[in-house]
Amino acid sequence: MSVKLSVNNKDYELQVAPMKRLLDVLREDIGLTGTKEGCGEGECGACSVFIDSVVVNSCLVPVCQTNGTKITTVEGLSNNELSKLQQSFLDYNAAQCGICIPGMLIAAQALLDINPSPSRGEIREAIAGNLCRCTGYMKIVDAIEAAAIGDRG
Amino acid sequence: MVTVHSVQELSQAYKILSQESVKVIAGGTDLMVLYTGGLSLPNNILDIWQLNELRSISEEQNYLKIGALCTYTELINDKKVKEFAPSLVSASRTIGAVQIQNRGTLGGNIVNGSPAGDSLPVLAAFDAELELGSARGTRRVAFNEFYTGYRQTVLASDELLLNIFLPKQQEKEKSDFYKVGTRAAQAISKVVMAVRATVNDNKIESIAISLGSVAPTVIRARVTEQMLTGAEITLELIEQAKTALSQEVKPIDDIRSTEHYRRVVTGNLIAKFLRGF
Amino acid sequence: MSVGKSVTRTEGRDKVTGAAKYIDDYNYPDMWYGKTVRSEIAHGRITSINFSDKFDWSKVIVVDYKDIPVRNIVAMIFDDQPLLVESVVKHVGEPIILIAAPSKELAEQASHNVEIVYEKLPAVLSIEESLAVKAKIFGDDNIFKHYTITRGSVEDAFQSAEVIVEGSYFVGHQEQLYIETNGIIATYEKDGSLIIQGSMQCPYYVHRAMKEVFGLSDEQVVVIQTVTGGGFGGKEDFPSVVAGHAALLARKCGHPVKIVYERGEDFAASTKRHPALIRHRTGLTRDGQLLAAEVDIIFDGGAYCTLSPVVLSRGVIHAIGPYKCPNVKINGSVVATNTPPNGAFRGFGVPQACFGGEMQMENIAKTLGISPVELRRKNMLKEGDITATGQQLLYSVGTQEVLDAVLERSDYLSRVEQYKQENLLDNKRRGIGLSFFYHGGGFTGSGEEKIKGKAAVELDPHGQVRILTASTEIGQGTKTIFRQIVAEELGISMDLVVFGETDTSKVPDSGPTVASRTTMVVGRVVQMATANLKQEITKLIAQKVGCEASQVEIKNGQVSWPNSEAISFTQAAIDCVKENGAVKTLAQYSSPPGIKWDEINYTGDAYPVFSYGADVVEVEVDMDTYEVKITKVITASDIGKAINPAMAEGQIEGGMVQALGYGLCEEVVWKDGKILNNRFTNYIIPTALDIPEMETILVEKPYPYGPYGAKGLGELPMDGGAPALVAAIANATGAFVTEIPATPERILSALEAKQL
Repeated sequence: MSVKLSVNNKDYELQVAPMKRLLDVLREDIGLTGTKEGCGEGECGACSVFIDSVVVNSCLVPVCQTNGTKITTVEGLSNNELSKLQQSFLDYNAAQCGICIPGMLIAAQALLDINPSPSRGEIREAIAGNLCRCTGYMKIVDAIEAAAIGDRG
Repeated sequence: MVTVHSVQELSQAYKILSQESVKVIAGGTDLMVLYTGGLSLPNNILDIWQLNELRSISEEQNYLKIGALCTYTELINDKKVKEFAPSLVSASRTIGAVQIQNRGTLGGNIVNGSPAGDSLPVLAAFDAELELGSARGTRRVAFNEFYTGYRQTVLASDELLLNIFLPKQQEKEKSDFYKVGTRAAQAISKVVMAVRATVNDNKIESIAISLGSVAPTVIRARVTEQMLTGAEITLELIEQAKTALSQEVKPIDDIRSTEHYRRVVTGNLIAKFLRGF
Repeated sequence: MSVGKSVTRTEGRDKVTGAAKYIDDYNYPDMWYGKTVRSEIAHGRITSINFSDKFDWSKVIVVDYKDIPVRNIVAMIFDDQPLLVESVVKHVGEPIILIAAPSKELAEQASHNVEIVYEKLPAVLSIEESLAVKAKIFGDDNIFKHYTITRGSVEDAFQSAEVIVEGSYFVGHQEQLYIETNGIIATYEKDGSLIIQGSMQCPYYVHRAMKEVFGLSDEQVVVIQTVTGGGFGGKEDFPSVVAGHAALLARKCGHPVKIVYERGEDFAASTKRHPALIRHRTGLTRDGQLLAAEVDIIFDGGAYCTLSPVVLSRGVIHAIGPYKCPNVKINGSVVATNTPPNGAFRGFGVPQACFGGEMQMENIAKTLGISPVELRRKNMLKEGDITATGQQLLYSVGTQEVLDAVLERSDYLSRVEQYKQENLLDNKRRGIGLSFFYHGGGFTGSGEEKIKGKAAVELDPHGQVRILTASTEIGQGTKTIFRQIVAEELGISMDLVVFGETDTSKVPDSGPTVASRTTMVVGRVVQMATANLKQEITKLIAQKVGCEASQVEIKNGQVSWPNSEAISFTQAAIDCVKENGAVKTLAQYSSPPGIKWDEINYTGDAYPVFSYGADVVEVEVDMDTYEVKITKVITASDIGKAINPAMAEGQIEGGMVQALGYGLCEEVVWKDGKILNNRFTNYIIPTALDIPEMETILVEKPYPYGPYGAKGLGELPMDGGAPALVAAIANATGAFVTEIPATPERILSALEAKQL
């Protein structure tokens, strides 16, 4: 089937099987490999993207449901400069192996878009669907908190 | 070849449902896991994600009318749901995590019919009603008569779940929701319970107890409810309730937990609820 | 300058922009996809393999063991593990047939059209069944390896002990659950050379394995590590299996072949932490002084040997914690079962040994009625003391410091009192637990001498210093730490130092990225290679300008010599290369002086140095559901020197959460040798909501032979979390759980057992 969607402000028209996962369409048909597959069942959040400003697991979205939507992936979070959040992740050593980070950044940005002054508890709740095996979450929470404060300050 | 019909209007959906054998997909948070896990894709799929007329939440006399396509996020953030169905908000907040809550729908939870569905005990405890629709018309079915067996429902092959009529929680009522999962988020429940009671002068005027993950379907604990209705809340009654409920449920040993643990915890939870009065 | 600073991660920018490419992000135009057909039973003989005629087999390539040109083995210690099954299957998930196809879907479809028929054999599925030899899986007695450590005489000491305390503990499997599954792309060139790219910790392990399988020379195999999304030991030896498979397919189909494991497959087929049964018998004085410690520890190695003897080795050496005990007898074995071979997972035998040992200390404290703190203080090893293997600890012993730090920060003693009095309204109980532990850095005994890890540094024509090492970046910070060391050693900005590509054709064998050796051992070799480079540069400049080498100064990013203006290091480096060609210096590991290890009797200096840790964990247990909420975590770690404090903290925090998962919720569920919960849904690791704020205290007791005093760090954080957690649960509820994970079901059982 034919699907029209916008990804990171660029328009695409694709011929794809309707039930192909959005995750695979992004990685294979469009060539944006920043979004990762960790579990294939919506548990780990590594595949998180924005669909029309709503954060979802792209491994659970069939592409037929994305017709006419605006998608943002990790590649769309920065222009020429890193976003405040991305810079904060660097400053606080929030990334270790890095595989969970694209999904983490999307979930964190989703939080800050709705709640610019989250508590650490609210941050943890916002990233509860993003599993990390390397960091123990501490510095990720630190980085998100600092980015929020930075935004306010 | 997989054909997907993506519809924007109910009449389109009804037409397809009456003509072909189709699998209905809404948010996909259950179905897509199965397909990735190896379940074969059906040849015909009805994609109802854009049926926006099934997304509204309104008050209808003593009920909240909730569209089947409402996501958990929409339920959590809706003022009417917060006011009149706080247990449904509690349940929605325990489901998955934000990514799942943004796509999972109340209707999907109901039709999927897993005995571990977290919203189901709330609907059962509050005697919700379901509005089903097809080209043949609409009908209302009591939620507590919707399941006929493990993942089996009375939904006909040409029918869609349209709306959920959830009786509003009354001022005099107290309700609680408990989910015992494997971790604090992204967890399937080992025991999930919704309780709703009217207590006056320490006497239980009415009580509804519903549980998931302790039987092949969501259940109402009618025997225990009957035992408690009209009774005065004493320490002795609480012990009796504990025993009665832990014996009434039919849990099993499975990949997440044991029959024994589920019985004990079920009893403990009703005791906890009653201690709160 | 740079060492001791929390500089940002070298490859961080790529990781936060999505630009970092992991193996599944690579695609070549003529690439095919590999799929593995695996055993569905735990033990049996293959009687037939049937390829359904409903599938067009001309569209794909099929490989079996007959396609292996030289040796059908996964090279490790005993070489008992075949790369592909020949006739006898020894575990569920064992690879039998490989398929390559132009698309993933076709390869997947083909794999569903192969039927394997077996004659089932009795399956050995537990340590008990293995020892009883229900079936012979390895040799006549199913024992891969056995070690005994003896000191003094436990028999005599038990006679005079005032109290004897016994305890039995069990730890199950744990899955590494790196978020990036195993993946390899193999390209078999027409000239017979083989290129392997992929997710891995040890490129030279893969290199050796490929040479064995295909009969290739050193130069004919090139192994390149791609950005790796977590390893934790799970990608130490297992990538050799995936690489062998991808290479076989590539060789036969004439295309590059990518194999990336689907999560359920990776979980079911790859290595896990060894389960262990640990029995303690401890003799003490009535006031808690250790007199005799007898430990039996049996590990379940799975179907093949892999690195089990090394896990056993570490387990027996750490079976008694960091305590003085004059009489010791430790018996350790690792046995074979019909389950997927177990392998390396952070800690490598110590988390198992430490759970047993620290729970035994908890048991002793409870039995004697003395404080867990007092028990540790009374018996802890200090500088100058002698360990169970007879090693005298000459330097860098931070035992008192870590214990003091963690007790002070947690206010442990007041908390214990507070929780004793407490009676919370909502039926919750709070408790606090302590653990105290150590971890030897680097390979055991003469291991590092055998490896002789090498590293090199070279000047490139642009004046940069390039580090050449096979030590891999897997998230723990190798690329940054090594650059910090080199920059510090030369007195230059880190901007001038680059980390060379991890490609076996370009870098020397530094040894594997395991055993907490990367900073302590290889970092030191890198430091030495840099010192050699400094010397070489001064020598070349001295020759050129006609002065003594000692008169050439490299300092603060400048190079100067008598009667001349100082120039920038970059300029000096550019000139050096222009005038002399490549400037490259190498260094190789050599042991610190005085290290003596007796491999036969298992006595002496087991490790050049130990790192030390102490954990305090607080919990709140819901007495209606027996669910445990971890409310506070405080760790103190003596790591010699934090080259990069933020990265050190990150490793400690991450390791601690893995340890808490091990203690709380991670359990592999089996039925007839098959894993039932091989996915994220039902194998439970902690989310951000399951873990509280953690406080991380770094203690630095410098190790004289480590780079700037640094010693082992990577695995220490894994060792103490589980016993501290389970001790806290016991403190809160009285339930003494002896098997982890301490699930609510086990806590309920322990409480019910107490009431009987």
